[in-house]
Amino acid sequence: MTNTLHRYGNAESFRDDYIVFAIPGRGRNDQGCVPKLKRFLAMAVPFKPVNLGDSRHGGALRPSRHMNPIAHWRRNLVPDFQAVIDGVDAATTVAAVFDNRQAAQNFLKAVKAADLGLSINVSTSIEGAKQCCGGAAQPRHSVGYSLGFEGKTEKLPDTQVLTLATMCGHGMVSASLAKKMIDWVKEGRRTPEQAAMYMAHFCSCGAYNPSRAKRLLEESRHNPK
Amino acid sequence: MKINPDKCVACGNCTYVCTMGAIYIDPVIKRATVDNDECVECYACFNGMSQEHLNPTLVRLMRRLFQMMRLRFDPEPDVCPTAAFEPDELTWPRVVRRAFSDPRVPHESTGVEGRGTEEVKTNDVSGRVQRGEAGLTIEFGRPGVGVRFHEIQRMTRALAQAGVAFEKKNPVTTLMSDVAGGEIRQDILSEKVLSAIVEIKVPIERMEEIIALVHEIEGQIDTVVAIGVGARCDEDGEEHEVFAVLERMGYKLERAKTNVGLGRVSNVIQPAQ
Repeated sequence: MTNTLHRYGNAESFRDDYIVFAIPGRGRNDQGCVPKLKRFLAMAVPFKPVNLGDSRHGGALRPSRHMNPIAHWRRNLVPDFQAVIDGVDAATTVAAVFDNRQAAQNFLKAVKAADLGLSINVSTSIEGAKQCCGGAAQPRHSVGYSLGFEGKTEKLPDTQVLTLATMCGHGMVSASLAKKMIDWVKEGRRTPEQAAMYMAHFCSCGAYNPSRAKRLLEESRHNPK
Repeated sequence: MKINPDKCVACGNCTYVCTMGAIYIDPVIKRATVDNDECVECYACFNGMSQEHLNPTLVRLMRRLFQMMRLRFDPEPDVCPTAAFEPDELTWPRVVRRAFSDPRVPHESTGVEGRGTEEVKTNDVSGRVQRGEAGLTIEFGRPGVGVRFHEIQRMTRALAQAGVAFEKKNPVTTLMSDVAGGEIRQDILSEKVLSAIVEIKVPIERMEEIIALVHEIEGQIDTVVAIGVGARCDEDGEEHEVFAVLERMGYKLERAKTNVGLGRVSNVIQPAQ
């Protein structure tokens, strides 16, 4: 799951983007890991995450298979954390997304104290992760650096679209949808919060950060490309 | 993926959500249609859109009436009003597309969802990347461009010639017919996927040379590439070696994922009968 590594932006733009995830290693610590994964997610809730997710069933903002037409006028924008916790049924990666360092750091401290024995990773700016680990008195074990995008970069969309779309690193939020949402917010057809919710529905692992998306959409109203 | 023409009302919502831009409204039949050669079977349309189950005839009539009155539709953009998407039964080699594009499907070879590899995320229990080594993940096609396996093969051949070893527990490696030569199975070379990761490990002193080689091949293939470099930290949690080489190469490092080292091996190994 490099799905959180190659988010587009500079270090400063990740000030509200902290993903803490737990992953069982196949054949190493995956036996009986489901209760631990559920506990990891449940422990995150008091620290006010902006999203939770598991890689098999998706995030806390999910599409509906049987949507009532009346729902068009009252879409639910509230993430359903309990559905994510209840849905974990096999060894998989689970993630908690925070929009501030303090919350991520405090959660990391709690995870360390719980001693789940799973591999725990923090995905954010290099410095942000260092500070989280420092605050939790936990020296980093390994680090995976992103070198950004290369090759035929002329095939990529503009930076505003790229910033929104790459928050789903699995590529489930299309550039066309991100562009449409920027346009709709500019036109006043939808609020940034609504537009962020639509995009989060497509993220299949719950690592999409609707809080950062909302900020970026608000900024895109005033910032030309 | 198929769109049932009896159900589709040509609202166009799905044309925006398709990760490859492979859905369009066919002007002849006036229904949304999937370009099968470009579709990577990521299921973003099927899994990501909410589904209503409205009567297609009624919806088409309403749409026509609104159009006649020049009224602008403002439907929710993430909804298929008639649940018109119908997944195909995928057979080999097309099934490879879904395995590499739909992140909810675990790779058979590794049991891991998404790109199918644990990389340094479980390094605290796997010891995959040791001090003095750099673990490189070379990802093709992301974001939103896609890649065919014959393009990936150009890279794997060049890397094999340079004498690097491919990570065994990686889905691309398992699809190689000749791992030592970087050859990928002939029957999947034309298949298009959303993205795929080639994973290698090199001594730090060879990292610069190998990244330069990757750059060279990037210029010859028709997609985007994202490189990740994994490294083991020292006892104090610091990592200076790989960072310094990358900075010297001109990279401005902004983001990383950090394994904080709380994992431990806990599986009970049953003795052989």
